[in-house]
Amino acid sequence: MSGAELTVEAVTLTAGAHHLVRDVSLTARPGEVVGLVGPNGSGKSSLLRTVYRVLRPDAGSVRVDGADAWTLPVRRLSRTVAAVVQDAGADFDLTVREVVSMGRTPHKRLLDGDSAEDASIVAWALDAVDATALADRSFDRLSGGERQRVLIARALAQQPALLVLDEPTNHLDIRHQLEVLGLLRQLPATVLVALHDLNLAAYYCDRLYVLCDGAVTASGPPGEVLTAELLADVYGVAAEVGVHPRTGAAQVSFLPGAPAARAGAGVGDSAGP
Amino acid sequence: MTAASPSPAKAAPPALPAGRDVRGADRPRRWSFVVTLTVLGGLLLASATAGMAIGSVHVPPGDVWGIVTHALGADRSEPAWSRARETIVLDVRAPRVLLGAVTGAGLAVIGTAMQALVRNPLAEPYLLGVSSGASLGAVAVIVFGVSLFGPLSLSVAAFAGALLTLLLVYSTARAGGRITSVRLVLSGVAMAAVLTALTNMLLLTSGRGNEARAVLAWTLGGLGGVQWDTLWLPGAALLLGIAVLLVQARSLNLLLAGEEAATSMGLDVARFRGRMFVLLSLVTGVLVAAAGPIGFVGLMLPHVVRLFVGGDHRRVLPAAALAGAVFLVWADIAARTVAAPMEIPVGVLTALCGGPFFLWMMRRDARRATSRGVA
Repeated sequence: MSGAELTVEAVTLTAGAHHLVRDVSLTARPGEVVGLVGPNGSGKSSLLRTVYRVLRPDAGSVRVDGADAWTLPVRRLSRTVAAVVQDAGADFDLTVREVVSMGRTPHKRLLDGDSAEDASIVAWALDAVDATALADRSFDRLSGGERQRVLIARALAQQPALLVLDEPTNHLDIRHQLEVLGLLRQLPATVLVALHDLNLAAYYCDRLYVLCDGAVTASGPPGEVLTAELLADVYGVAAEVGVHPRTGAAQVSFLPGAPAARAGAGVGDSAGP
Repeated sequence: MTAASPSPAKAAPPALPAGRDVRGADRPRRWSFVVTLTVLGGLLLASATAGMAIGSVHVPPGDVWGIVTHALGADRSEPAWSRARETIVLDVRAPRVLLGAVTGAGLAVIGTAMQALVRNPLAEPYLLGVSSGASLGAVAVIVFGVSLFGPLSLSVAAFAGALLTLLLVYSTARAGGRITSVRLVLSGVAMAAVLTALTNMLLLTSGRGNEARAVLAWTLGGLGGVQWDTLWLPGAALLLGIAVLLVQARSLNLLLAGEEAATSMGLDVARFRGRMFVLLSLVTGVLVAAAGPIGFVGLMLPHVVRLFVGGDHRRVLPAAALAGAVFLVWADIAARTVAAPMEIPVGVLTALCGGPFFLWMMRRDARRATSRGVA
């Protein structure tokens, strides 16, 4: 189990007259960690929703290991693809262990009980996100960061070959951000993850796709994609991009006071068309 | 892989660590589940005994047991009680207690499932107007004298009324995406008001004075006058409902995680909800046709049992069924006795308990929301 291959081909998604995602193509090869970055409202979450089958694309296809994700039975798909979403559940007094055990559902038939194997997978998932101590707490009473880790554990309990995560580091303190992203790299699964923090994205992702207004504006290894010009273009901010001397990863430093060197905006001479 | 390989910080390796006693930690809840079921089972037996003993003619509990075991053929000794008492217990009180238990269990189970399906702790057939829809269906059948389905006509019409109402209330509350408590309860209350008005109008203009009065009393919810030969239908509906919901308990659990998460864990949410709405309307329709609309049982009991067994539906459903049965049997005893020889409709009493409970829940939810907003 080294991960599934994800192929998103020319996906377009509309809401009324508005394009949420336009003509996006994206691949994640088995075992890769692929990052999705872009400003708020650039279509990251919408694109992810077409992969875990919440929003059906108006055009284009989503394939997992060659099979169309939207023609497979949803239950079959959920044995391969797991998601960490931003929509939290309601107040219904479940323990953390019960929440994580939900992740075993795709592998269960109607009347199956929880086996010893399920219990040990759940224990492993809890341990992986450093949440073993929370196991018997009520999920409703956890802090935002603790909840987030538990939801990641739930997705891990699904034992997916493709893991899709929408801003998994939201609410997490820096140590847990690093731990969660480090964990994603070690999973025997392909990972597609939407991230806000560009430096974390650069450090932990094999390749990045930059979304802007629902379309891919750049893609490739972080060191090639993250340039001062692109950041000015997509985010409208001024930044310097270097290589960190110790980690070797691309390192973005923002320059809040400086004018953004927007391509075509006439600021930099070389940037003009 | 072109990016720098991340430092092996402290992330756990994805190998299965064995050796930890992972099952023991689950014991407290499993234990309290067994204890809760046992206690509730005992309470139900005691309540049923009380329901057959208490009334204008008091029958000692010992005689109640004697009469029942004798009737079941388990006790062949010579009866030590009068014929009249036997008739009261077997023909009047026993079916009434049974209908009370079945209705209470059914309403509690329906409430439990409905709360998960619309993802709202205030959901309940009465508050969402579903019971009123069922009433309107049943009253229409009575007033217009339709009997397309023979003796089942009443239940079929109540089922249709319940399903239509549930779909309407749900789609109204859902307009614009997310369902909020306020919108759900308000559309339920508004729908119930309209449906109740229609029901009353039908009754008052039907020109059948006495019959209309009897039906009006029924619309307040009551267990009186039930006979053995009509009991099988609510009983069968209850068993069907509990069986299907228990089989689907995992899917109900998934809904607690939210619709998107449930989808990502393999649940076809729209289809599942549609099927369950049909099932819940069916059971509600049959129960309303038998006992009238009885409110708040489906709101209170699920929340009370969750305090003891947690939120997992595999535990909540059986516990809620037993607790609902116990509750309604006692509510009916009170309905028969507090103003004796007058009888109060049992729905009036459940509303008397349920209304304050509802208000308390709203306050609790508001407090929780603010404390979370601050945190």
